[in-house]
Amino acid sequence: MRMQGAAALVTGGSRGLGAALGRALAREGARVVLVARGAAELEAVAQGIRAAGGEAHALAGDVGDPRAASALAGAAAALVGPIDLLVHGASTLGPVPLRLLLDTDAAELERALAVNLVGPFRLTRAVAGGMVLRGRGLVVHVTSDASVVAYPRWGAYGVSKAAFDQLARVWAAELDGTGVRFVSVDPGEMDTRMHAEAVPEADPASLADPALVAERIVALIRGSDTFASGARLEASAMVVS
Amino acid sequence: MIAATWPVGRNGRLLHLDPRAGRFRDTSLAELPVLLRSGDLLVVNDAATLPASLAAVAPAGARVEVRLLGEAGEGRWRAVLFGEGDWRTRTEERPAPPVLRPGDTLELDGLRASIVSVWYPSPRLVDLRFDAEGDALWSALYRLGRPIQYAHLDAGLALSDVQTVYASRPWAAELPSAGRPLSWELLLGLKRRGIALSALTHGAGLSSTGDPVLDRALPLPERYEIPEATVAAVAGARASGGRVVAVGTSVVRALEGCSLRHRGRLVAGRGITDLVIGPGFVPQIVDGLLTGFHEAGSSHLGLLRAFVPPSLLDAAYSHAEAEGYRGHEFGDSSLILAAA
Repeated sequence: MRMQGAAALVTGGSRGLGAALGRALAREGARVVLVARGAAELEAVAQGIRAAGGEAHALAGDVGDPRAASALAGAAAALVGPIDLLVHGASTLGPVPLRLLLDTDAAELERALAVNLVGPFRLTRAVAGGMVLRGRGLVVHVTSDASVVAYPRWGAYGVSKAAFDQLARVWAAELDGTGVRFVSVDPGEMDTRMHAEAVPEADPASLADPALVAERIVALIRGSDTFASGARLEASAMVVS
Repeated sequence: MIAATWPVGRNGRLLHLDPRAGRFRDTSLAELPVLLRSGDLLVVNDAATLPASLAAVAPAGARVEVRLLGEAGEGRWRAVLFGEGDWRTRTEERPAPPVLRPGDTLELDGLRASIVSVWYPSPRLVDLRFDAEGDALWSALYRLGRPIQYAHLDAGLALSDVQTVYASRPWAAELPSAGRPLSWELLLGLKRRGIALSALTHGAGLSSTGDPVLDRALPLPERYEIPEATVAAVAGARASGGRVVAVGTSVVRALEGCSLRHRGRLVAGRGITDLVIGPGFVPQIVDGLLTGFHEAGSSHLGLLRAFVPPSLLDAAYSHAEAEGYRGHEFGDSSLILAAA
């Protein structure tokens, strides 16, 4: 897709991969709206992008909040126009330290599903209808290998991400031929706060820099017309063009 | 007619009026794909509905409700002020707000608005400027605002209750309600049958204020934007003998208003229209109209009279009333279109 002037809505934009994607998209000329719960952290990322000459807006909001989707979609479209690119970067690990399913409360699983599955569904639903009308649009699901591998203690997160992958596939099947496309991307293990919360003993030097992963994902977005809609891709396997 | 008092499921009842044959027929929205034909073009208003109702405190402590009509350029917003109370009270029975002057300020929770202009024909119609802009303004509006609604509804609406399935930019003060019953199942079905689908954005304003002077002036000028692709789709439909069917009176106003401004041609881009369509108006672009059931005396019903002879409209409305069709924004649908 054409990045220059594209209206992009990125959740989880205050840190880690979401913030890096916001910066990388803005460098390509996209008009970026960042969403995250923490207003101060989010505003700092947006200011950094603007200082570098890009366009970025900050909307504080919790994608797990059922009332958030209409408000975020509306405010974002007011700021940058109808959304061309929606990136679901926000997610929660569920209870940390990570724990066995037998030690996980149902409410913790429900919260993981609310943020990682139902919230993104609501936001896509609020944005994708307009995309179908315009005959174009791309929705990116940031997923994880925990969606396909049954890692002990990653239950709440893994279950939500597995459903999230399937959500992208069903969206893609239903909107096939409309010009609105979906892709799931597994960014791999990155040096982020989320990863440190999940695996505190990991050596940061062994983890990928989210800025580099973001570059790979932006390259993928640029060439997204060449992938089958609904595909699930691994960022580490991608060649940066 | 009985008002629908709550958002109900989509694909409801449809009354088809054929102005040429002088007939009407009970059917359902699910039949739309056979009422239209390949080559026809359906044009929708993709405006999302604003959280346009804001509670505010006027100078001297009076509580008011601000109903935003939309952005009026140069950082201004046009708005209608209501006295104390909320949607639960019929607008006609709401106390008048205090008369404000340019320079007066309204306090909202964490946001301030100053009055810039007070308009004819009612001092309740004002332009105001917020003390925030961009991200901060839009975040505040979505935090503080609620959808505009009226006393015929049973309970408070959520913002998601007043969006069409294709809502994009938040330009509409009130739900562009003709499109509310449309599902994507239906819309994609139309496309599969060769019926084209296009959009424009029209900033639909208030349907009623309860102020007789202001209500007589409705609809106020409204802004629209027609994309290049929609201009091309209209030209394509007309060139191939297809019909242009507007979804909602706002789409009729945008298309006919634009055409009138440009000597019968549609021109892509933004504009403002003050066109009021009524009996005797000869539509130049729109062949038919999917809409709801409108109240006697409303400007929406007046617009239908440009498409339907009075005797047919009156007979159809009497029939709809007798058959229990529901009116207002969450009600049933009517299609005004000569049979294929």
